[in-house]
Amino acid sequence: MSEQTIDLKKRRFLTKATSVVGAVGVGFAAWPFLSTWKPSAKAKAAGAPIDVDISKLEAGQLVRVLWRKKPVWIFKRDEKALESLDSEDLIKNLDDPDGTGNSKNQQPNYVTSNFRAIKNKESVAVIVGVCTHLGCSPTYRPEPGAADLGGDSWKGGFYCPCHGSKFDLAGRVYAGVPAPTNLVIPPYQYVTDSLIRIGVDQQKT
Amino acid sequence: MNNKQSWIDQRFPLSKVINEHLAEYYTPRNFNFWYFFGGLAVVMLIMQLVTGIFLTMHYKPDAEYAFASVEYIMRDVEWGWFIRYMHSTGASAFFVIIYLHMMRALLYGSYKGPRELIWILGMVLYILLLAEAFMGYVLPWGQMSFWGAQVIISLFGSVPIVGPDLLVWILGDYAVGDATLNRFFSLHVVVIPLILVVLVFLHIVALHHVGSNNPDGIEIKKNKDADGIPKDGIPFHPYFTIKDSVVVVGFLWIFCAVVFYAPALNGYFLEAPNFIEANPLKTPEHIAPLWYLTPYYSVLRAIPPLFGSQFPGVLGMFAALGVFFLLPWLDRSPVKSIRYRSPIYKWILGTFVISFIMLGWLGVQPVTPLYVLLARIFTTLYFSFFILMPWFSTLGKTKEVPERVTG
Repeated sequence: MSEQTIDLKKRRFLTKATSVVGAVGVGFAAWPFLSTWKPSAKAKAAGAPIDVDISKLEAGQLVRVLWRKKPVWIFKRDEKALESLDSEDLIKNLDDPDGTGNSKNQQPNYVTSNFRAIKNKESVAVIVGVCTHLGCSPTYRPEPGAADLGGDSWKGGFYCPCHGSKFDLAGRVYAGVPAPTNLVIPPYQYVTDSLIRIGVDQQKT
Repeated sequence: MNNKQSWIDQRFPLSKVINEHLAEYYTPRNFNFWYFFGGLAVVMLIMQLVTGIFLTMHYKPDAEYAFASVEYIMRDVEWGWFIRYMHSTGASAFFVIIYLHMMRALLYGSYKGPRELIWILGMVLYILLLAEAFMGYVLPWGQMSFWGAQVIISLFGSVPIVGPDLLVWILGDYAVGDATLNRFFSLHVVVIPLILVVLVFLHIVALHHVGSNNPDGIEIKKNKDADGIPKDGIPFHPYFTIKDSVVVVGFLWIFCAVVFYAPALNGYFLEAPNFIEANPLKTPEHIAPLWYLTPYYSVLRAIPPLFGSQFPGVLGMFAALGVFFLLPWLDRSPVKSIRYRSPIYKWILGTFVISFIMLGWLGVQPVTPLYVLLARIFTTLYFSFFILMPWFSTLGKTKEVPERVTG
């Protein structure tokens, strides 16, 4: 019988190699389990576009619809409100009024920067009603000068009851509030003059 | 030794386990009020497990039926209201006990060597318990369940780069919904309780290995008699089993008073909006988490967004929890117990406790400029306690620690 010696170097190598292969195996085996947490085919299908008829929408009125299980606001702004959205008085209080800074990914590129709506249809706003801070749904406070929201500096907009974030009537965030960015404008298009489709980008014309 | 016992002992170390953990586990004789809460925490764990098991027999983890099934438990299931209120009151009572249990460790330096691992296991237990309670609160699918889940899960969406994908992965959908509720049910009922039970076991094994600390912060194992028994130790059983059972009766008396007469405890144990079914279109006027989460929630609200991201606030909140883990290494005082620490240390510890309580109070208040300012001040004090501890824990004159326990 030959003398047996233990090759420790080889043993360490084999131990490490086995561990590495085992760890890779565990990783592969974990994948199916972790994948079950992703949105199912059913959940994805429920994220399909929705159509909203706006023929009866009055100035100042706001309707809430659910799109991808999130509230989406569709509301009409009157001339006065649109004017105030473009006024220096309001813009100086905003964090990113033209959507080129922190908020550059919060809207599709075909909406105007000041009103954040599709061109020539500026009076109607379509905004995802989810606060960019922690996901509460802000309340609609269109009346300018509301005493509890800062009086004269308040030009109408949305107020989040959870953490006090403020947005104007175009969903642009005020400076110095917890929400870091403007509200999200979803992809949308006009199917006809009075029918909005939410979830599909506007066709190039 | 009778025959039956020796038959088992040959096959399983029954007598050995009983002796090691009960009959011959020597416990310092100078335990005081603060030492009730470890045992009570075990009682609460068992109560939550038992009431929880019975609730799952009637509850339906489906966004469409969840709210109605809880109302069904409350109104139609015989004694269902009692089981449910025991469980909901139990959650808050559990945290009252855990916070007092942790306070004990702070007072008497129980986290210091050689008990670092007990402290770390305990902190993991605490964080898991917070997660368990949060997910449990989502299950009734009321307005607070829904919007609380919305806010807390949104925290993960603020992680740079992977945040939005991570958020969808946790939700299992594009918003809080049935998928979220269903997985929270699984985590709340199976996954976390299993881990909790295992960690509690490890927490106790580690404790019984090094031995209990005591209000004097003296290692009783250093002073043994000729038989190797600590001179200041008395067997856990029967001495502390008897004492603790009196405490349990006293505790249950208070517990039942809450269950029977004030199960919602003025909105602190169950919030009013949670008696309204979840509505994804309408956020309640005022959202606050349950009281045991509010100190961390205040830290989150106190930190403003930086670089267009809410992430710093989220980091701050988790840091407020995580920093507890470092306590054994931050504290460089030569003595353990508050009884022998320097006066300056007592003031600083007092400031920390007040900061924690104030942050908790601020967490249920609405956001106003004054409250934000206060939250920032107390957040700063909170973190200063940990950051400056290596420095101030060595300051001032400590008293001489006696050889043997006092009182």
